[in-house]
Amino acid sequence: MHDVANLVQRATAEIAAARDVKTLEAARTRFLGRKGELTALLKSLGTLPEADRPAAGEAINDAKTRLHAAIEHRRTALEQERIDARLSAERVDVTLPGRGQRHGGLHPVTQTLELVEDLFTQIGFAIADGPEIENDYYNFEALNIPAQHPARAMHDTFYLRDHPLLLRTHTSNVQIRYMQHHPPPLRIISTGRVYRCDSDMTHTPMFHQIEGLVVDEDSSFADLKGVLEDFVAHFFGRPVELRFRPSYFPFTEPSAEVDIRGESGWLEILGCGMVHPRVLENVGIDSERFTGFAFGMGAERLAMLKYGINDLRIFFENDLRFLRQFG
Amino acid sequence: MKVSELWLREWVDPPADTAALADRLTLAGFEVEAVRPCGAGLNGVVVGMVRECAPVPQSDHLTLCRVDAGQGRLHQVVCGAPNVRVGGRYPFAAPGATLPGGRSIGATLIRGVQSEGMLCSEAELGLGDAAGGLLELDGDAAPGTGLGSVLALDDNVLEIALTPNRGDCMSIAGLARETAALYRIGITAAPAVPAAAASDRRRSVRLAAAAGCPRYAGRIIDDADLTRPAPLWLRERLRRADIRSINAAVDIANYVMLELGQPMHAFDDAKLNGDIVVRFAHAGETLTFLDNEQRDLDADMLVITDAGGVVAMAGVMGGLHTSVTPSTRSLFLESAHFAPDAIMGRARRLGLQTDAGQRFERGVDPELAARALERATTLLLESCGGRPGPLVDTRDDAAFPRKSAIPLRSGRVRRVLGAELAPEAIEGILRRLGLEPAPAAGGWSVGIPAFRFDLSLEADLIEEIARVHGYDRLPSRKLGGRVGMHSGGPDPRLREWRRALAARGYQEAITYSFTDTTLQEQFAGPGDTLSLRNPIASDLGVMRQSLLPGLLGALSFNRKRQQERVRLFEIGRGYRLDREAIRQPLLLAGISCGTYFPEQWDISTRDGDFHDLKGDVEELLAVAGFRNGCRWRPVAKPGLHPGQSAEIILENQPIGYIATLHPGALKGLDLKEPVLFFELDLEQIPARKAPSFRPISRFPSVRRDIAVVVARELAVARVLDVVTEAAGEVLTNLELFDVYQGEGIDLGKKSLALGLTFQATSLTLTDEAVDSVIESVLNSLKEKYGGTLREKS
Repeated sequence: MHDVANLVQRATAEIAAARDVKTLEAARTRFLGRKGELTALLKSLGTLPEADRPAAGEAINDAKTRLHAAIEHRRTALEQERIDARLSAERVDVTLPGRGQRHGGLHPVTQTLELVEDLFTQIGFAIADGPEIENDYYNFEALNIPAQHPARAMHDTFYLRDHPLLLRTHTSNVQIRYMQHHPPPLRIISTGRVYRCDSDMTHTPMFHQIEGLVVDEDSSFADLKGVLEDFVAHFFGRPVELRFRPSYFPFTEPSAEVDIRGESGWLEILGCGMVHPRVLENVGIDSERFTGFAFGMGAERLAMLKYGINDLRIFFENDLRFLRQFG
Repeated sequence: MKVSELWLREWVDPPADTAALADRLTLAGFEVEAVRPCGAGLNGVVVGMVRECAPVPQSDHLTLCRVDAGQGRLHQVVCGAPNVRVGGRYPFAAPGATLPGGRSIGATLIRGVQSEGMLCSEAELGLGDAAGGLLELDGDAAPGTGLGSVLALDDNVLEIALTPNRGDCMSIAGLARETAALYRIGITAAPAVPAAAASDRRRSVRLAAAAGCPRYAGRIIDDADLTRPAPLWLRERLRRADIRSINAAVDIANYVMLELGQPMHAFDDAKLNGDIVVRFAHAGETLTFLDNEQRDLDADMLVITDAGGVVAMAGVMGGLHTSVTPSTRSLFLESAHFAPDAIMGRARRLGLQTDAGQRFERGVDPELAARALERATTLLLESCGGRPGPLVDTRDDAAFPRKSAIPLRSGRVRRVLGAELAPEAIEGILRRLGLEPAPAAGGWSVGIPAFRFDLSLEADLIEEIARVHGYDRLPSRKLGGRVGMHSGGPDPRLREWRRALAARGYQEAITYSFTDTTLQEQFAGPGDTLSLRNPIASDLGVMRQSLLPGLLGALSFNRKRQQERVRLFEIGRGYRLDREAIRQPLLLAGISCGTYFPEQWDISTRDGDFHDLKGDVEELLAVAGFRNGCRWRPVAKPGLHPGQSAEIILENQPIGYIATLHPGALKGLDLKEPVLFFELDLEQIPARKAPSFRPISRFPSVRRDIAVVVARELAVARVLDVVTEAAGEVLTNLELFDVYQGEGIDLGKKSLALGLTFQATSLTLTDEAVDSVIESVLNSLKEKYGGTLREKS
């Protein structure tokens, strides 16, 4: 019995001292292997007196179980150590920047147009489009702006050479083109490039407009006010004070301009009004049965107000230092 | 239009301060864009009378003046103005006075001469632009009187943005009428006392184009002294309206126009011959205008003629020959009505814009002519004396404009405004505006006064009601109504394309739709170009056919601002002539220059190349729903690298191209090569098709890698096509994972390493089956392109 206790003590010490799996395995072989010391003790049981055998056998088996457990315990510990060491060696600086392409971004005018489209499509507006090179009829005549009309002086129009065509001065041409092919009730929003022959601090020869049109049997000025109040609040994402101011456009009546309250007073953001009965009649819509309203706004102007941009021309310089500010 | 508040308040004086009045007018459609105080920043400036003048030694333009400022002693002042003279009265800023901009006046030495204060010009006082000489004050202004009281400077100029429909408000009288209606108060009109004729000299008038001119009032005034200026107060009012003083006759005509809205004209009667005839111009007639320019007249232009020919373009501008000069003794004053239709647009055609023309094309009250002429006569006699002849008022009553009453239904008012307004309120508004509502079935029949040229429809009246009632007091409601779903609309992939490119490091640009013709022709060649008749600048003279010139410009702009790596894209239209039809296709283009990756740690710093860009374009095509199926074909186009340009073919249609730009095309743009560019015609890309489902095989797949050697020039796509075709349906994926040429491969050859993945839908593929497919692949390659299996080295 003394032998067993002695062996267990030696084996336990050796197992605990094993620094790696290989040494541990060698210890296992030496004590528990087929030719191991404990196996040898087991084999020597037969040399003991009959009466001592059960107790001795039990002690050996007990020793065997304990040594197995000790080895497993040590193996687990060694594996853990090994993994810990590896992981420790693999430590990285998590603050180093990530690798790969760096994200570009969308132009602030595009972001503005998309936001406006999203807001209006929520309440059932369809998105319509129209040509930028346009003829006089769709840009002026059909919108109740005949050739000699003083309102034409408000539009500094670009004309094409060799063709009786112009660059549209507003997106209102889409109103006419859409109504010609879609019977009311209808509600559309249209965005795009427009052109005025004008260039200075506050004018660029090209800019973007957003046009809205609703025609229904019961469209009223109250609807127009409601839609635009809704729009302004959601576009700017905060309550904004606005006012409707009487104005004049040949294709709407009553006409209004809408101002919002800025830090230094009222800022004009859009023009709107009830569709002029003559415009409806020009596209064959019964102006007694149907009424409608329309509105038009400058996308750059909206973007300037939303993002605090103070220079219109910067939109078209495409300076990366500007563009990157918008994601 | 610039309006003196004091002048307006002489006519109508609402119980509101300046700011409140400006707000009320703005909310009634007369937008007050600015309120500018007169004489702001002026302090201590008084009337100074020059008693003595002497030259300043050693100066050829300075004058030494002794100025009486009403203080009993004379101030010695050095003055550089050319118009200073003994006896003249001018604004005088004594030491201690301040001028606009915070400039304070003290005693100084000029050329060694003591100067106690300063005589001032309009510009120095901040009252106007005239800086060439001193502001001359009236001869009865007592020295020492404050300038503010002499010029009535306790006033504001309201800058009103009048809409083109409200010609009737281009006057104090018109605005006073509106203001009175808004505040429900009365107005005090300027008196117009008929002048008793002191001579019987008269000119007969014949209205030969009565529709264009149904009324012409005229009067001769003899023995007027036009060396005398109009009174200072009158000139001061003109100046506040930005009208330059010319002489008493012209100034008074302008004054009456500002006051009543009736443009007038003064002729030198001595230069007129015989009767006045108002008619349309004849072909070939010309007129030398007041601005000393001779212009050809068109047959639709209304003119005033005498026996000698055209003397004025009616309602726009007079002729030089018959104009009033200081030596004029006899005047012929014209106060006529010209119909908007006979005036509209003509002046603009001749490059003229006049106050008279603007008023007539918007509509001038035909009832005003005689009243305005009397008012002008009164003012002129006061200023210049003279003997008036009889007022000759020639009218063609048949051609006189008549306004028919407009029916107004209360139900329609309610429907259009979405508001319930009391009938009394509606009637009250109309009456206050000078309209005459008479009860009729369902509403009113509304009589329209002659001065309102903008009212002809029911909608016009509804606008008047809404405007005066106040838009802010009208209700608003959320949009209701019937809404259906809809198809069509913009391609939803536009948003996806934008985001795919942004994810690959591209910034979206927006460049002008017009470009420089030379730059465009470098890439497009001439022809098919649409150019502008009136470009804003010569380098923005043609419509772009491609987004390339604009993006190249933006690239260059950024490179010049130290941006080494630039990736930009744009979505926009190109414009060109295509067999006589104008095409405006929506294009998507990208440009790239610099390293493939942005500068960062531990990553390749190689430049982006053709195939990097191709990867970006393939991504866009995958987003479009065409991961496969595009063909890339070498293409030759101007401005592109001849060996690195490809046309992209989808469903047998060219949809765009991709290229490295030709170094020659980059000259002068400060660009680092290579510059890569692609452009897709989005309208040529078919709609995304709904995929049809194929069951997923339950059987394992087998991969085989082979390396084949083919001629170096052979396009890889050909090899892949042959492999795909020969392998048949069991080939589920084909990957090209290496292209090698060099040691171990014959000159003129290249080795392509291909990974083939096989899978059948109904059985597990055996090695033998796969071997046989590989064999047929190799056979086909050999047969078609002489390709061989690369020997293991």
